[in-house]
Amino acid sequence: MEFRSLRGVVKALNGVYLTVHEREIVGLVGESGCGKTVTGYSVLGLLPKPQAQVTSGRILFKGDDLLAKPQQEMRALKGKVISMVFQDPLASLNPVFTVGEQISRVVRVHHDLEKKAALEAVRTALQATGLPPTDALLKSYPHQLSGGMRQRVCMAMAISCGAGLLVADEPTTALDVTIQMQILKLLLRLRDELGVSQILITHNVGVAAQTCDRIAVMYAGNVVEEGPTADVLKRPRHPYTLALIECLPQGKSAEQLKTIPGAVPDLIDPPAGCRFHERCAHVRDICRDTMPTPFEVARDHWTACHWVQEKSGRGVGVTTGHEPGVGAAGVPFNRDPGIEHTAGGGPATGESGDDIRRE
Amino acid sequence: MSLLEVEDLTVHFKIRRGLTRKSIDTVHAADEVSFSLERGTTLALVGESGSGKTTVAHAILGLNKPQKGSIVFAGRDLLALSRGTQRTARRGMQVVFQDPYSSLNPRMTVHDLVAEPLRVGSEISGDALRERVVELLEMVGLGTQHLWRRPHEFSGGQCQRIAIARALALSPDLMVLDEPTSALDVSVQARILTLLHRLQIELTLSYLFIAHDLAVVESVASAVAVMYLGKIVESGPTATIFEDPRHPYTLALLASVPSPDPDRRSAGAALSGDVPSAIDPPSGCRFHPRCKFRMDVCDQEIPPLEDRDGRRIACHLPRDFDLSAEQEAARAARSTAVVEDRQRSRARPRGDETPVPKMPRRW
Repeated sequence: MEFRSLRGVVKALNGVYLTVHEREIVGLVGESGCGKTVTGYSVLGLLPKPQAQVTSGRILFKGDDLLAKPQQEMRALKGKVISMVFQDPLASLNPVFTVGEQISRVVRVHHDLEKKAALEAVRTALQATGLPPTDALLKSYPHQLSGGMRQRVCMAMAISCGAGLLVADEPTTALDVTIQMQILKLLLRLRDELGVSQILITHNVGVAAQTCDRIAVMYAGNVVEEGPTADVLKRPRHPYTLALIECLPQGKSAEQLKTIPGAVPDLIDPPAGCRFHERCAHVRDICRDTMPTPFEVARDHWTACHWVQEKSGRGVGVTTGHEPGVGAAGVPFNRDPGIEHTAGGGPATGESGDDIRRE
Repeated sequence: MSLLEVEDLTVHFKIRRGLTRKSIDTVHAADEVSFSLERGTTLALVGESGSGKTTVAHAILGLNKPQKGSIVFAGRDLLALSRGTQRTARRGMQVVFQDPYSSLNPRMTVHDLVAEPLRVGSEISGDALRERVVELLEMVGLGTQHLWRRPHEFSGGQCQRIAIARALALSPDLMVLDEPTSALDVSVQARILTLLHRLQIELTLSYLFIAHDLAVVESVASAVAVMYLGKIVESGPTATIFEDPRHPYTLALLASVPSPDPDRRSAGAALSGDVPSAIDPPSGCRFHPRCKFRMDVCDQEIPPLEDRDGRRIACHLPRDFDLSAEQEAARAARSTAVVEDRQRSRARPRGDETPVPKMPRRW
């Protein structure tokens, strides 16, 4: 995924591999500018068209490539099957429509329903998000609600048509901690009770740890590590994941706080090889010119790092032994381990793979 | 003697409407807030949005007009002084705001930004001024190469460093830090917190640290005051408040922090409902509508802030009330992301912080 900007081409995403299974919450974790939101937006095709170019890759949803779909078909999917919740609920709700009006509009766009029937669907959706489906709420305007209620309204709107995949972009960042916990519990309930799969985009490792089944850590447009939440957070392999966790102030005094040297690279002119190599404590020669490919360090736990690969005794730069297209648990993987990325050579190969298999 | 002593501070804002600007409502932003800050230590004011923590900080800085109370700073009651004397008395306190981009004038160079307080508040000029500016920038990890750039050329963390350098210019005793790291990424946050900690030791600074992130507070503060709807509900040494919280709100707040440890998932939301409006705060204890342990007395009598068990607490619950389950939940939420792997010791990132040069206290 690239962006055309006045200063040059921003290589926003470069090799993003992500799989979301059914009834699963996958966390996209990383710092500002690492491409979490761009990944989320590209799943829904929300990126501005002439500027944003997907140079390569696929986004598979139940086996269909979303990137190849005509706009009309995508429009029918958006909000119905795949929907999104944004960071700032006040900005994503229309201030001049009541709660009932705006949610029932979504319902009526996607389903052929009478006004009354649509309102019934709205009430059900509101109830699912823990709001009282009263007339008073349906008739209130977004500014009359509190931040937590607004976010619940946004989520009701997102699930009102029975979405199977919800992309939640920092849904709790604008909220206070006590409200944040309520919303996180709601995400879990949507997964368990309605079977909504979710991509949770967050910069807060704690939020991801509390909610996600699996976590993908992003850095400068790459997924550097992906695996089950407990594995990634308790046994991080990639140096960046470890450094990120050690930056957390939890239970540390100010003297014990760790920092990451340097700054996030400019994505117009990203460093060759591994994009983290300039800040990495374990940098090898190969890291400076060859992009690492993801390999499986433990069951269903993937990381893209030459150092880890060397340490695990598999040799540097050699792609791992797993069969292309087959993941650990015997499920098909849409990874392409055969591509070697070399310094300055060829276009960035980006893949944004997201597939939900079993219906 | 404490550097800063706040007693009974009450700030109300009147909501005026119509042609006659008639006052129709009053926002009880801060009510009878009392705390003290010792020299060289950090006091954190913690609470959710609307709890009044920023209002209290602004009152101390003279940015709003308290209804009553006293603010004794370095032995002088600021509210009893005339405006002019207040200004000089307040030279010993400086502020760093949350959003570094909006607190730095985009049209000024870094040199001018840092030099401005020196031009206004000190006698130095010419070469001495330039030297002092460079010295300040070096203290926060920036250098001469940054002197003639403007704020938009810097990252958020660097801008916050510039804001800190500017605040240090007149060698204050007290720094009011209003959410200084909330707008920053965790890795940058860690670096700013480390910097603040070093500066505090080097320059014997006192910090009034305003934050909503409890993990940050625990790592930087020596004392904590928890606020809810304009009132302090519990205050005391950081270890006491975090290890043995007694106020139901403190307990709920601590339990609501999402722990980065995936093995310690919290069972349910600790608090339901929202913070009520400060225009018409609940009677009695302001927390009673959301409190799990609400008793009859709670909506009738305002609990006084009293010294008890090594802290100050405002709660009607009896001293021996069993809170062990809640305390357990609060502790669980504080558990760290434990990296179990053996590679931990080897995989530490290199330290990069330029050491803060030793410097004389006065120049």
